[in-house]
Amino acid sequence: MIAVDIPIDDETIRELHVGDSVSLSGVLITGRDAVHKWMVETFIARTRKAQGDDQQVYDMLKPILDGGAIYHCGPVVAGLDSADYRFVAAGPTTSIREEPYQPDVMRHFNLKAVIGKGGMGENTLAACREVPGVYLHAIGGAASLIAQSVRKVRGVHKMDFGVPEAIWVIEVQDFPAVVTMDSHGNSLHADVAAQSKVVLENLIGAD
Amino acid sequence: MRDLTNALVELIRLASTDLSPDVETALIAARERETQRSAARGAMDSILRNVTLARENSTPICQDTGTPIFYVKHSRDWSTRALSSQIREATARATTHTYLRPNAVDAISGVNSGNNLGDNAFPTIHFDEMDDETLTVDLMLKGGGCENVGAQYSLPNTALGAGRDLEGVRKVALDAVYKAQGRGCAPGILGIAVGGDRGSSYAASKEVLLRKLSEPNPIEELDRLEERLKSEANQLGIGPMGFGGETTVLGVRICGMHRLPASYFVSVSYMCWAYRRRRMIVRSEEVIYE
Repeated sequence: MIAVDIPIDDETIRELHVGDSVSLSGVLITGRDAVHKWMVETFIARTRKAQGDDQQVYDMLKPILDGGAIYHCGPVVAGLDSADYRFVAAGPTTSIREEPYQPDVMRHFNLKAVIGKGGMGENTLAACREVPGVYLHAIGGAASLIAQSVRKVRGVHKMDFGVPEAIWVIEVQDFPAVVTMDSHGNSLHADVAAQSKVVLENLIGAD
Repeated sequence: MRDLTNALVELIRLASTDLSPDVETALIAARERETQRSAARGAMDSILRNVTLARENSTPICQDTGTPIFYVKHSRDWSTRALSSQIREATARATTHTYLRPNAVDAISGVNSGNNLGDNAFPTIHFDEMDDETLTVDLMLKGGGCENVGAQYSLPNTALGAGRDLEGVRKVALDAVYKAQGRGCAPGILGIAVGGDRGSSYAASKEVLLRKLSEPNPIEELDRLEERLKSEANQLGIGPMGFGGETTVLGVRICGMHRLPASYFVSVSYMCWAYRRRRMIVRSEEVIYE
């Protein structure tokens, strides 16, 4: 198990390889479908004008994401009435839905680690080489276990996206994940897909 | 009309936090098949630790508590409108207890209702009137990750060489598992419906998942196909979480339906390893959970 502290420098990223188990500590944010769309449309592609508290949230995010990590997660949160928030269940959501946005978000913010499940595609893998960055696979469905590594909820933004889609700023300690895409162009997901395709073709006898 | 709201909240709590023994047994067996110190073995260890922790702390096994799907079998003495309103009230209460995540998002406005109550299909409730006096409520929580990798095929399918027979069903089912890779939170359970129209076929592919993993298919021909598909899906080597490994699916459930002469649909519902389903039986004053 390799301990990785956020913010993460380039050297640390380059030392990580597919198959490594890591234990992540520091401040990160949750962000999934609505957040990625909002980031790209409002601040990167700029097809939508910043409105409401958009600019303030962006300014708050920039230093956290510089060398930082984003977690594809829609948590179950207790203490919504009192704003004394506590993560009850917080496993990863399927990452591939962010494939259209992730490379731009990584480059724009100098984002070093993307945490989720199921892996991502070629464009994110290319961004992992460039930035450099890594894709960290958390265990899907292990929500109560992972919530234990969330030590503190620092705050929440964009609550109008709903609890699962909001930006939760959290402090994690020893958050467990596996490197499945690294900065050297390797993807466990591409390998498993290619191997299983050969088996499939044998089993169904297709061309 | 008797008020079952509190009993229904307990059903939801059990479904979300306390995994059924048949699923846990299958997960333990799957862990043992994975190589020591492999990523797949590590994933299975985390999965099983999480199952125990969720049960002890009464917290959701998975944060995606999914679409709550209720299957209600009732006698003619029950009003389905009253039961429906009790189920909706219980769903909202379970959400405030954090047994459920607020999951009902208006697809047009993007607004999350905050209490898991949406239109008539959220939560989904199926009613079936029976002669029996016993009231039975099955609850399945189906998360979005695995729902997204479900697939429907219209046979024949030339690309896969799948004709209108069980051999064709086998081919498209394997294709669905391959396409899902680890994204449906493997090792999963396949619910397969053959026939129906597009709507009824998908609905049946979920309901067929209610059969316990330890129970064989009563139709021998389908039972053989279930076993063959399980073995062949596992040969794909996708493994837990798609990390590569021995167990890609824990089980396969198949049902047949009637179809139009022109149509031959095969619908595959992928259920994640966190297969959350529980049953509540109400017999006079007694409430039993399974």
